[in-house]
Amino acid sequence: MNTDTHAAAAAHHHPDQHAHGSLSTYLLGFILSVALTAVPFWLVMSGELGNKQVTALVIMGFAVVQIVVHMVYFLHMNTASENGWTMMALIFTIVMVVIALSGSLWVMHHLTTNMMPIHEMSGMK
Amino acid sequence: MSSPDLIKLIFGRLTLESLPLHEPIVVGTFAVVATGGLALFGALTYFRLWGYLWREWFTTVDHKRIGIMYMILGIVMLLRGFADAIMMRAQQAIAFGGSEGYLNAHHYDQIFTAHGVIMIFFVAMPLVTGLMNYVVPLQIGARDVSFPFLNNFSFWMTVGGAVLVMASLFIGEFARTGWLAYPPLSNIGYSPDVGVDYYIWGLQVAGVGTTLSGINLICTIVKLRAPGMTMMRMPVFTWTSLCTNVLIVASFPVLTVVLALLSLDRYVGTNFFTNDFGGSPMMYVNLIWIWGHPEVYILVLPAFGIFSEVTSTFSGKRLFGYTSMVYATVVITILSYLVWLHHFFTMGSGASVNSFFGITTMIISIPTGAKMFNWLFTMYRGRIRFELPMMWTLAFMFTFVIGGMTGVLLAVPPADFVLHNSLFLIAHFHNVIIGGVVFGAFAGIVYWFPKAFGFRLDPFWGRVSFWCWVTGFFFAFMPLYVLGLMGVTRRLRVFDDPSLQIWFIVAGFGAALIFVGIMAMLVQFAVSILRREQLRDVTGDPWNARTLEWATSSPPPDYNFAFTPVVHDNDAWWDMKRRGYQRPLTGFKPIHMPSNTGTGIILAGLATAMAFGLIWYMWWLAAVSFIALLVVAIGHTFNYHRDFDIPADQIVRTEDARTNLLAGAK
Amino acid sequence: MTISVKPQQTGEPLFYLADEHPHPEGWSTSLGFWIYLMSDCLVFAILFATYGVLGANYAAGPAPKDLFDLNLVAINTSMLLLSSITYGFAMLTMQQGRVGATQAWLAITGLFGLAFIGIELTEFAHMIHEGATPQRSAFLSSFFTLVGTHGLHVSFGLVWLVTLMTQVWRFGLIEANQRRLMCLSMFWHFLDVVWIGVFTFVYLMGMLR
Repeated sequence: MNTDTHAAAAAHHHPDQHAHGSLSTYLLGFILSVALTAVPFWLVMSGELGNKQVTALVIMGFAVVQIVVHMVYFLHMNTASENGWTMMALIFTIVMVVIALSGSLWVMHHLTTNMMPIHEMSGMK
Repeated sequence: MSSPDLIKLIFGRLTLESLPLHEPIVVGTFAVVATGGLALFGALTYFRLWGYLWREWFTTVDHKRIGIMYMILGIVMLLRGFADAIMMRAQQAIAFGGSEGYLNAHHYDQIFTAHGVIMIFFVAMPLVTGLMNYVVPLQIGARDVSFPFLNNFSFWMTVGGAVLVMASLFIGEFARTGWLAYPPLSNIGYSPDVGVDYYIWGLQVAGVGTTLSGINLICTIVKLRAPGMTMMRMPVFTWTSLCTNVLIVASFPVLTVVLALLSLDRYVGTNFFTNDFGGSPMMYVNLIWIWGHPEVYILVLPAFGIFSEVTSTFSGKRLFGYTSMVYATVVITILSYLVWLHHFFTMGSGASVNSFFGITTMIISIPTGAKMFNWLFTMYRGRIRFELPMMWTLAFMFTFVIGGMTGVLLAVPPADFVLHNSLFLIAHFHNVIIGGVVFGAFAGIVYWFPKAFGFRLDPFWGRVSFWCWVTGFFFAFMPLYVLGLMGVTRRLRVFDDPSLQIWFIVAGFGAALIFVGIMAMLVQFAVSILRREQLRDVTGDPWNARTLEWATSSPPPDYNFAFTPVVHDNDAWWDMKRRGYQRPLTGFKPIHMPSNTGTGIILAGLATAMAFGLIWYMWWLAAVSFIALLVVAIGHTFNYHRDFDIPADQIVRTEDARTNLLAGAK
Repeated sequence: MTISVKPQQTGEPLFYLADEHPHPEGWSTSLGFWIYLMSDCLVFAILFATYGVLGANYAAGPAPKDLFDLNLVAINTSMLLLSSITYGFAMLTMQQGRVGATQAWLAITGLFGLAFIGIELTEFAHMIHEGATPQRSAFLSSFFTLVGTHGLHVSFGLVWLVTLMTQVWRFGLIEANQRRLMCLSMFWHFLDVVWIGVFTFVYLMGMLR
């Protein structure tokens, strides 16, 4: 590349380098997200899995997958747009969210356990 | 409707009793401020400067002018914050042996809160943001920031926050909770007055500005670098600015939420941080430090960048270990999110949590130490010129290392259990913030002042200020380490043990020296302006520096660079000078620039009015301002013509003038 | 931009652009807006963290099981999902330059958004009527704040949507307006993503407790 890329970028009709979806990708995303929403609702409302903990883990898995589906099909996330800066920002944010969420839960959980009133403490052993 | 009801409807809880007429100190201050303010207002009116200020400064979208306004805000607020500091020092030096000192508890508690809030949010932040605003676009060869209007708006929001905090001095009162306003003390039950509300809304208004300016500068650095400037060719100051702004964008939302939840507790009666109905005050402490720890790196990283630029310029050498410097900065950025709990080891989360955060805290000293060695190796065998910026840098290296070591000490949880909330902690963080951030800002000011105004700062008064500040700092804070080890806790107003008094007197003497330092700095500005012809620099490069901002004239033209520079090396301007760069004299073309707009200051004014209404429960004012805010903001989006072209002949005139100046200098 | 500059034919390195073109308008907008969304994402992360920490503190008051009606939440979720796909259609028709169709899809999106807000407000009113107010317990405080903040975002998105429809109506699908619609699209889909977290962690997992 040389300095002419500057001019080339200027001549581009669409300044933003965001990928655009097509009708089929939007529809595919929509169908996927409907399915990924409906199944967890059904699992919880019917109690199909029996075990609450298993159900919780499964619906969390569904949520993660659905978030990825929305990111890809609706927000058009990819590694190429803005020279990868949007992806970089997203990964950084996810790291921060994980730190703040899990950190707070961890710290506050230990606090509650340690600071439990004495009479409850004795019952714990 | 009866008239008391009507008055309540209009003024909320603002009454004549809210004015602190019973506090002689505050009344005296008000008299001085009001006289000064009136004199300034009168002078501006007499010399017909309001129109000029409005057109050229208040509505400007030029990053250079906004940067300068940030610096002025920071220095003005430094005077206020320092007045608080010296009042506390005086109180603590005399309140012994049954003496109550001269400040009552009600006033004293406001002073230590205001001191912390002002120094962090309205001194350190504006100074750092101002320097970044001024320097970063020049260093990367850009014409302005990515969103110039937003930049103006961000600045005025910061001013709005400062105005609210200042207003609390004369209308009502400020928080009496300490600078982080921990609940349950800051909850409505224990702080029913307006103080905490001033605190909340002052920070919220300023916080919007800070977050937006963070987004703005990230975009500027990512999208507007000159051709050839790859990430690993960016000047170190630009790198540290990028990391700082990433930290801002990733941490200020946390502060916004925490303060919003606290205001819900206060205004609506929710139970986030209360003692009953399942609320948890410790959750506030946890959340606010998720913001608070990155905040200290937000402040210190740009200072590290300034020291890097200064060291390499005044040693006449390329910065030692550029790559390691960049990686150290990035590592600090990430690690700063993993240490927040070290601010409350004593909360009781237990050994496993405390050890994790203790260890991560200690790890941070590794990249910081790497930086320190990089600066030392840059100086090693360099031709060091002991100009003022270099002197501040050396003072920083000496001071900051001490502060860093006491910090590692505090990172050991068992030691922290002893030193928590003691004056040792106070000494530690002043050690790193004054030694790091403040000295860094001063180094930056003397270093870039000639770029901004075309003449240097007077070196004599600069040295006076330097020596007063540095010795004053050691006199003021070393005694606090001693007192802390003796077990004296922070925020005390009176003391019983007379053997402690001598240390407080020494600390008070140190504060007085710093006062002389600040005055000398103001004198330095005045003297430099008076002697500007002798101190004039026409080359645009008075220090024989290395980065792009020195390639253009001082002060730079509105458009920064007549032609966008092309970068081949880390030290782009050094490389240009070395390879015989000739300044282009012909072929100028019109330059596309953003136009000034008054929307920013209007929006920020409305936001401040809304905050004032919320503080005093003047619901009508809050509602009206909020609606006006929406209307003005939406109205602004209907303006599609926000820029203009600087015609080529105007650029020819500007550049020819510079050519003549340069010829005259030779 | 990672542009490496080759020396000119003469061997003299090139130190400035003699023939430069300014960055096109909106050069930084989509990145800037994305970074704003990331900061907003952290706002929600902290609200989720608060809910995670305080969400089980019922203070002897009502628990999720006593309050949540999953049928209502399912309807609400479908409103938001439908509004997502209709906004997608608006973007597709915008790219084809069809003003009328774009406006129609935007209007439909807005109606779904309104329905979402309406259902949410009904739910809130019902809960408050039963005495489950935000003041009742830390669980309810954090529930109302988390869900309410999402609702406020949607309401703000609706105001923005109306503004943009006015601007498209007055000035057409000019480039600036296309860029704005693109930003709102990112905002709207981002709120969807947040809602996935809300219905999973707050409603569904609340019912499992």
